[in-house]
Amino acid sequence: MSYSTGYGDPELGGPATAWRDGWPVYDRSGTVCVIGAGPSGLTAMKNLKEHGFGVDCYERETSVGGAWNWRHNRSPVYASTHLISSKPFTQFPDFPMPDSWPDYPKHTQVLEYLEHYADHFDLKKSIWFGTEVVKVEPAEGDRWDVTTRSTGGFGGERIHRYAAVVIANGHNWSPKRPAYEGLDDTKIEVIHSAQYKDAAQLRGRKVLVVGAGNTGCDIAVEAAQQASRCWHSSRRGYWYTPKFTLGRPTDQVNDLMLWLRLPLKARQFIAHRTLKSTVGDLTRFGLPKPDHKIYETHTIVNSQLIYHLGHGTITPVPDIARFHRSDVELKGGELIEPDLVVLATGYETKFDFLDPALLGIDATGRPKLALHAFPRRQPTLAVAGLLQPDSGLLPLVHWQMVLFARMLRLREASPAKAVAVQRKLEAGLEQRWTSAKVKDSTRHWFEISHTTYLKAVQRLLDEVGLEGAAR
Amino acid sequence: MKVIRTREWAFPVPPARRELRRATPEVDEGKPPLLFVPGFGHGAWVFAEHWLEHTADRGFPAYAVSLRGHGESAKVRKADLRAYAHDVAQAAAGLPRRAVIVGHGAGALVTAHALARYPARAAVLLSPVFGGLGTALRNPMVSLPAAFGGGLRLPAGQLFSRELPASAGRAYAARLGRATSRAQWQLLAGRKPERPVGDPPVLVVGSPDDRIVSDSALRRVARHYGGAPLLFPGMGHDLMLDTRWREPIDAILDWLEKSN
Repeated sequence: MSYSTGYGDPELGGPATAWRDGWPVYDRSGTVCVIGAGPSGLTAMKNLKEHGFGVDCYERETSVGGAWNWRHNRSPVYASTHLISSKPFTQFPDFPMPDSWPDYPKHTQVLEYLEHYADHFDLKKSIWFGTEVVKVEPAEGDRWDVTTRSTGGFGGERIHRYAAVVIANGHNWSPKRPAYEGLDDTKIEVIHSAQYKDAAQLRGRKVLVVGAGNTGCDIAVEAAQQASRCWHSSRRGYWYTPKFTLGRPTDQVNDLMLWLRLPLKARQFIAHRTLKSTVGDLTRFGLPKPDHKIYETHTIVNSQLIYHLGHGTITPVPDIARFHRSDVELKGGELIEPDLVVLATGYETKFDFLDPALLGIDATGRPKLALHAFPRRQPTLAVAGLLQPDSGLLPLVHWQMVLFARMLRLREASPAKAVAVQRKLEAGLEQRWTSAKVKDSTRHWFEISHTTYLKAVQRLLDEVGLEGAAR
Repeated sequence: MKVIRTREWAFPVPPARRELRRATPEVDEGKPPLLFVPGFGHGAWVFAEHWLEHTADRGFPAYAVSLRGHGESAKVRKADLRAYAHDVAQAAAGLPRRAVIVGHGAGALVTAHALARYPARAAVLLSPVFGGLGTALRNPMVSLPAAFGGGLRLPAGQLFSRELPASAGRAYAARLGRATSRAQWQLLAGRKPERPVGDPPVLVVGSPDDRIVSDSALRRVARHYGGAPLLFPGMGHDLMLDTRWREPIDAILDWLEKSN
């Protein structure tokens, strides 16, 4: 597919019908613009199409898959990336992953799945590859002017006007680097986990892994096997759950408890007992004691970390105090001498093509969105997949996008009702969608529990109605 | 529209090897693939007999799946309607393009359940057996053994019209297997399938002379999906094996060509 420049492109837009700052704007009438062709963008396209909308998707890379496509230069995927949710929680609810795949598919299988999804629903013909979005600006009548250009800034910019916009640009591509004292002057090699691709990078080195998230634990486990020494620095205690408990994937056990309608207290009790009888007290390895009950933040899903702690191949250490020229000082004064530091300190969300006020972004860079997807007073704008669920992300984005497509349809079918639903949605702007009280809520601000979240989506879908709105 | 399925997430359907027969056209004209779903006791072979090749000759890639425990699919001791619907959704999602699902007999009910889990392009229900007590009472000799855990008894006389030579009918009937008792019970209970996702057009095809599905049952299913049944008088329950097998499949493919 080519991206030709010039006026009155017959394929996309037709003659200019409006002007913005002296530039022509091509009207795409009822078409919806989707930014990004990762999992969220793909399911946005599929569900919008299913509800009869035309879609144009802009993807800065030349293939689908977003973060899951390790060929993409922004992809955080490393060779040993593994899923932490089992198949029923990972697949789109209306597109099952093959039976022949394991309980926790490999990241290459996830990419294969997404590519198959795009082909199966014939989405690729609506994707403009190698095109990035520069600006998204509101136009009259709740519509949007989207400025695009080819990735890297070659060629001219073009403006198209869309009926609605879905932002699916992902939230795992802009590395968050903590500011440590002396970090700029140290001679030690410091990389972010985004630059970590393969275990060969660790071989024979003395590695300090910072961060006890899922990525940090993965890299620590890799380092335990490959590096000559591995320190793992975590700021606080977490709950580590194995991938299989009671003979089945752990998340399925959790949902079994939810299906039995056990209250949170009972689930916490059972989980504490099960962990105590299997992995036991982790402080004996030198890990900090968790300062919260299980389920208050998401657990770290990793069977191997405990194994390597128990074999002494990982040395748990506290938080870093400061970097020196050739060693690292820990809180408590201990000095260690790694020659590679991997910062698994996460990613920050970025929407650099949009006026932050539109998403209600505050000083800390966090947008204020109902259901973590729908901004205030912008009924034709949605952010897809900005969630950190205790299950897989794909099914949740699917339902977000079904809801968005139906709300757009409702605006045509019954504008008054659409306003009422929008108001209802905005009433829950402050809501958190977690089952337990979240510890340290500033850090885990888009963590959600999948059942609480989906129940809210279900209620809104019932409110919107419109069964039979799909074509 | 059902969003929360905690029970299904906690107890996913166990995987099973499935037989998938295929006939693909020599030149891909971009037409949608058809997935044929046989009814209880039947395997993918019933479609491989005539329909698969004929569909492919008309330019549609054609596939037929055997439900678990049927045909050449894995033998299973336990399976319910959900497992069968899972087999259909799995087979459909595995196809290169969004599929049209064609279900026959009780396989039509399985298809109807699968439609809630996979957004098919369109669906065709052939001589649909949607179960319930009415269907059972109409066919006491078929259903009675099933009530005691036996298989549904499907003699050739019930399945085919008189036009099919008796020996051929008997040979076909001898190849039939059976569904699990649990699935048969669920058929008797006749739980209504959920609404299809993606609102596919649904065509109901049958015969007024079908000795298993009554004319009124046929119309009831068609009305449920907002249409009238397409009728082929004089044919038996197993439309794809009967002497005049060409007529219904041509009508279905014409309908698909027209509705696209």
